[in-house]
Amino acid sequence: MATREADIRARDIRVDLLEIGRMIEPGSRVLDIGCGDGDLLYHLVHDRRVDARGMELTREGVNACVARGLSVVQGDADRDLGDYPTGAFDYAVLSQTLQAMRDTRAGLEQMLRIGKRAIVSFPNFGFWKVRLQLLVTGRMPESRALEYPWYNTPNIHLCTIRDFADLCEELGITVERFLAIDASGKPARMAHSTRQANLLAEQALFLLAYHGERDASGAPLYRPR
Amino acid sequence: MDEDPRGNVLRLDAVPFRLVSGAELPEVTVAYQTYGTLNADKTNAVLVCHALTGDQHVANPHPITGKDGWWESMVGPGMVIDTDRFFVICTNVLGGCLGTTGPKEINPATGEPWGIDFPVITIGDMVKLQAALLDQLGIPDLFCAIGGSMGGMQVLDWAARFPGRVFSAVPIATTARQSAQNIAFDEVGRQAIMADPDWRGGRYYDAPHGPKAGLSVARMAAHITYLSEAGLHQKFGRKLQDRDALTFGFDADFQIESYLRHQGSTFVERFDANSYLYITRAMDYFDLAADYGGMLANAFKGTKTRFCVVSFTSDWLYPTTESRAIVHALNAAAAQVSFLEFETDKGHDSFLLDVPEFYDVLRGFIGAAAEKRGL
Repeated sequence: MATREADIRARDIRVDLLEIGRMIEPGSRVLDIGCGDGDLLYHLVHDRRVDARGMELTREGVNACVARGLSVVQGDADRDLGDYPTGAFDYAVLSQTLQAMRDTRAGLEQMLRIGKRAIVSFPNFGFWKVRLQLLVTGRMPESRALEYPWYNTPNIHLCTIRDFADLCEELGITVERFLAIDASGKPARMAHSTRQANLLAEQALFLLAYHGERDASGAPLYRPR
Repeated sequence: MDEDPRGNVLRLDAVPFRLVSGAELPEVTVAYQTYGTLNADKTNAVLVCHALTGDQHVANPHPITGKDGWWESMVGPGMVIDTDRFFVICTNVLGGCLGTTGPKEINPATGEPWGIDFPVITIGDMVKLQAALLDQLGIPDLFCAIGGSMGGMQVLDWAARFPGRVFSAVPIATTARQSAQNIAFDEVGRQAIMADPDWRGGRYYDAPHGPKAGLSVARMAAHITYLSEAGLHQKFGRKLQDRDALTFGFDADFQIESYLRHQGSTFVERFDANSYLYITRAMDYFDLAADYGGMLANAFKGTKTRFCVVSFTSDWLYPTTESRAIVHALNAAAAQVSFLEFETDKGHDSFLLDVPEFYDVLRGFIGAAAEKRGL
């Protein structure tokens, strides 16, 4: 066991990806949306014994994944999630991609249609350093989690932890677990209040489920818009 | 170069060979080429499936044209399909004209070439024949089935028909169902052949020559669909052929005309017109979903095969939407599937060309699959 932990560390996986891995039960089926070069997929398949697939927009990302022996479909999360059948996966994962989606809300709804659960991680725009940068410099914040200048950022729908929690509540989505990740990239065992995390967490990680009404195909019937 | 243009020829033991249509072939021969060595466990066989006008000479000089094999850049020692590592088999398809039973071979009932009396065949029949060949060669299953265009149809049919016999599958620039547009193009080609007086109702084998003009026109029309407008424009534009001015006649003034005429005339040297009719018909009939209750996903239910589906942006014969439909079905069937679309202006024929990124990905996919299989 110790060796395996060492192996994982040796691969230098981002802490938030390791935390996502811990949320997923071995043997389950996972779709990683916006899987990039496949770091999370590789970790899930090789360290967690998960049947994981990916979707990735960039050809470079897909090429890298396929060369690593991972199953990845080139596709656009905003357009192609509808191709997956309802309930096809145990988990749909969206790691650091939510903020780059055109239709964030539809994306979230699709995830909880395709997956029985959804795992979402994103940079917290409510983090005190982000707030301070904007307050003090009067310019759009840049940080490790927000690493692009405003004019060419893929992040078009930035939000705070409280914003995201509100959206989940509006759609009737249950937050089963919440994890705040601090500025050192480590999970911060903060108070359960999202209010406190909203100020102190650089990133956030949500495990979501939908327990509300479903239509005949099993797709969630989200609350009226 | 082989003495016999057919390469290896094997007469099938399991005859009569029953076709999907219900008809039976009283005897069947299969012409095929192999490259590399079958390992002791017989787990390293790769079946390369050729397209409409291809043949078994995938990685050796063509015995008739003298040109390189049609996928010489893909198959060979150290290549993407590494013959130092894999045992590669490529058969001339059923209905073909380079050694496998087809309309120009002898009908044992009459002692004459089959001609138009040859039964109509399907992609499924081609695949069943390849499976019968493997049985006879003592190869239980394939490490990989790979092919583009009609070859991709065979790959899909293999994966659906013999799910336990295909470890990995690479359908390239193909479809699970021939479109109306493609049936239309095929019909133009067939009508060109049948309208040629030299076709003689398909009985031209003892005549001085077959329907060369018709087959040539069929090839010219089809060849346009293998390219793209951007590619044609870049290569030919409106450039004139060996002249400085228009002739105001019907000579090949433009380079593109001369190119197509050349494509047509070289094609008739190596291909049989009746084979062209039968093979295009087999492609037209291909509709994998229809064979599985109208749901393509059912064709792949419970599959363990690892798929890598590939399309090219400028392919208008089998556009990316066709590949996406396959991927969609494979996803619905919970299959292991990867999908990539490569950007190129070379059209459908891109799968025959050395597109470096495409080759890199295939190398990665095949390498990873080989590792999974312990090769």
